[in-house]
Amino acid sequence: MLKKLGYLAVLVGALAAPMFLYPVLLMKILCFALFACAFNLLIGFTGLLSFGHAAFFGGASYIAGHALKVWGVPTELGLLLGVIFAALMGLLVGKLAIRRQGIYFTMITMALSQMLFFVFLQAPFTGGEDGLQSIPRGTLLGSIDLKNDLTMYYVVLGIVIASFLLIVRIIHSPFGQVLKAVKENEPRAISLGYDTDRYKLLAFVLSAALAGLAGSTKAVVLGFGTLTDVHWSMSGLVVLMTLVGGMGTLLGPVVGAIIIIALENKLGDFGTWLATITHIEWFNTIGESVTMVTGFIFIMCVLAFRRGIIGELAARIR
Amino acid sequence: MTKALEIKHLQAWYGESHILHDVNFSVEQGEVVTLLGRNGAGRTTTLRAILGLTGRREGSVKINGVEAIAMATHRIAHLGIGYCPEERAIFSSLSAEENLMLPPTLKPGGMSVEQIYEMFPNLSERRHSQGTRLSGGEQQMLAVARILRTGAKLLLLDEISEGLAPVIVQALARMILSLKSQGYTIVMVEQNFRFAAPLADRFYVMEHGQIVEQFAAAELASKTAVLNELLGV
Amino acid sequence: MELFGIPMSALLGQLLLGLVNGSFYAMLSLGLAVIFGLLNVINFAHGALYMMGAFLAWMGLNYFGINYWVMLIVAPILVGLFGIIIEKTMLQWLYRLDHLYGLLLTFGITLMLEGIFRSFYGVSGQPFSVPSQLSGATDLGFMILPNYRAWVVFASIVVCLMTWFVIEKTRLGAYLRAGTENPKMVEAFGINVPLMVTLTYGFGVALAGFAGVLAAPVLQVSPLMGSNLIIVVFAVVVIGGMGSILGSILTGLGLGVIEGLTKVFYPELSATVVFIIMAIVLLIRPAGLFGREK
Repeated sequence: MLKKLGYLAVLVGALAAPMFLYPVLLMKILCFALFACAFNLLIGFTGLLSFGHAAFFGGASYIAGHALKVWGVPTELGLLLGVIFAALMGLLVGKLAIRRQGIYFTMITMALSQMLFFVFLQAPFTGGEDGLQSIPRGTLLGSIDLKNDLTMYYVVLGIVIASFLLIVRIIHSPFGQVLKAVKENEPRAISLGYDTDRYKLLAFVLSAALAGLAGSTKAVVLGFGTLTDVHWSMSGLVVLMTLVGGMGTLLGPVVGAIIIIALENKLGDFGTWLATITHIEWFNTIGESVTMVTGFIFIMCVLAFRRGIIGELAARIR
Repeated sequence: MTKALEIKHLQAWYGESHILHDVNFSVEQGEVVTLLGRNGAGRTTTLRAILGLTGRREGSVKINGVEAIAMATHRIAHLGIGYCPEERAIFSSLSAEENLMLPPTLKPGGMSVEQIYEMFPNLSERRHSQGTRLSGGEQQMLAVARILRTGAKLLLLDEISEGLAPVIVQALARMILSLKSQGYTIVMVEQNFRFAAPLADRFYVMEHGQIVEQFAAAELASKTAVLNELLGV
Repeated sequence: MELFGIPMSALLGQLLLGLVNGSFYAMLSLGLAVIFGLLNVINFAHGALYMMGAFLAWMGLNYFGINYWVMLIVAPILVGLFGIIIEKTMLQWLYRLDHLYGLLLTFGITLMLEGIFRSFYGVSGQPFSVPSQLSGATDLGFMILPNYRAWVVFASIVVCLMTWFVIEKTRLGAYLRAGTENPKMVEAFGINVPLMVTLTYGFGVALAGFAGVLAAPVLQVSPLMGSNLIIVVFAVVVIGGMGSILGSILTGLGLGVIEGLTKVFYPELSATVVFIIMAIVLLIRPAGLFGREK
């Protein structure tokens, strides 16, 4: 009961939010929330840590952006192309990474993602260091004009909610149960006759595709795609969002995304406030240093706060 | 004289599993004691608990009078204990000789390398082979030999006769009697009753993590019925 | 004299540069493998600690006037001590958990270290001049050999071989090898394994710090120098497998050379060639070239 009320509250909040906060910021949060949920499908529910999800997120944003800007396709097709690209990349990366277990898997995803980073860095269509600019919003399904931020917001909200429901559906399906078995005790799942590699690969592709959807949507919302989106720091960021929010919970990644994006935006102010109360000049500079603060939060979470916010709450309620 | 080993109300866990439920026994200096019991009774866990290799422990474990229940494993070893685990634990990344030389000297009076190679000539021949390339019997010899080097006088031996040819088992029995005559104190876990019977001074029988029966060697004949029931021997 | 259209001297120059990079790959992957073997942790912070070594050398020179040769000894020791602090205060609590937490912690440490150095020094590189004893080049006839680069390769190989010797041929190394296989048993023999773990981590990162000092005059001393390197080192480790010390060394050097040659013949591919090789190795020999499936 409490859970249903919780979800309802979140939904109402999401619908009303543009009245209080800038729609573009909200949309950015939504895209990252979707990215984190997609990532969580892999780490929280299958037990696989991918440190290269930026390749799918940023890569899809480049593809979608290019399709919309240069080929002039309708928005929904652009998004679809981004998703397909991400799914294909997910298939290739997944096939290679799954050949090793545990920490090697993670290192491989990191390395392959870095390879893609260099490809995107050198490919002319991405605009390299300058990035892909001026991606048009276009129109959805031929009739909805997306240049209006409010309209765009509700479209993005719709996409994210639909994807979230898809993830929930996947988790609770028989397929999802096998993933859970793989996470808890893979040798036993194998002994029960499951071809765990195929399940892991499919989970990987789904996770990549949804991450791609998040990236494509973000490109349309913000109108540009940059190298930051395919850099390993972005991969790390989505890990952090999921960790802070709660790995293996459904709402955790969403909460994590909200917190981290809010932090990024407000870090400068926080730093100045710390500087005024402690009179240490250096705090004024931490606004520049998102990296350092991100690292600090990572360390704190791993040592003392592994279950994340939703995880802790869920444990307390029980 | 201080007992070599005095265990009172010992409890031990592996994670959440509560394996030992109030184990009590003692071993005098120079005695050979055998822990009997079915698989899963807690005999190996008892040896591991003495060394602090299990999870949480409670109760009292006194080694030569020193309370060791809260000590770290490497400090417990320095009280003069040699441990020969059931799985032998020969290191594959070391040669036979490196395996032999690995355990540091814990107390003076340990056997020298020459004495060991005299007692176990096979090990001398195979000294440069990779540890795990030795035969089962040789690995068992090696596992015992390496703790004889350390000067430890309290030996914990877990199923050393397991899976070995009768000839080797006899050699091991002779070795144990020899060690006993030199004043070593030995706690043996053994399934092979026929191996243990002529060697031990006293017997303890374990079941469900507790000692359920104990008797001296002299009483052995009168206890066969009880043993049959408890061990299915 | 030309080979495939490239002047021989240019080719050999690139080869040397490839060996230089390969030396860093070798030292870093060696430290990573030793740490992983005993601690079961992938030390993402290896790159940041390499950077720290370089920065300490730079700071020693620019703030205290301490020369390169002293810093070559001092910086790795300081990095090693810092590593010991990391292990004792943070890492040791994670051994009971899934490996991934060790990676996440060291990733967080990397971000913090890089963030702190960036806040003080920005992202551009600080110059570090080659020590006077090694400046200039020697004319070998078939090529001009920059002295410092030759020194880097020489020093790296010496240090790597010394490490190999200690691990494979000494009693201390036997403790490490046995501890990697069965730490509880080694502890049951009376060896203070927790202390060995701490010192091993310290040693592994000291190696990274040493590489950093060597790198300072070659690459620019920048807060980002570590992270650019560490992911390639991961690929090196996957390619080589972590089963053997010599394997890690050879793989590191070999990949450095291949990368160098690629820069000459196919420059566009040079940033990604190591990853491509990794993909190929994964397809035909997943355990790595020298690996033993763990």
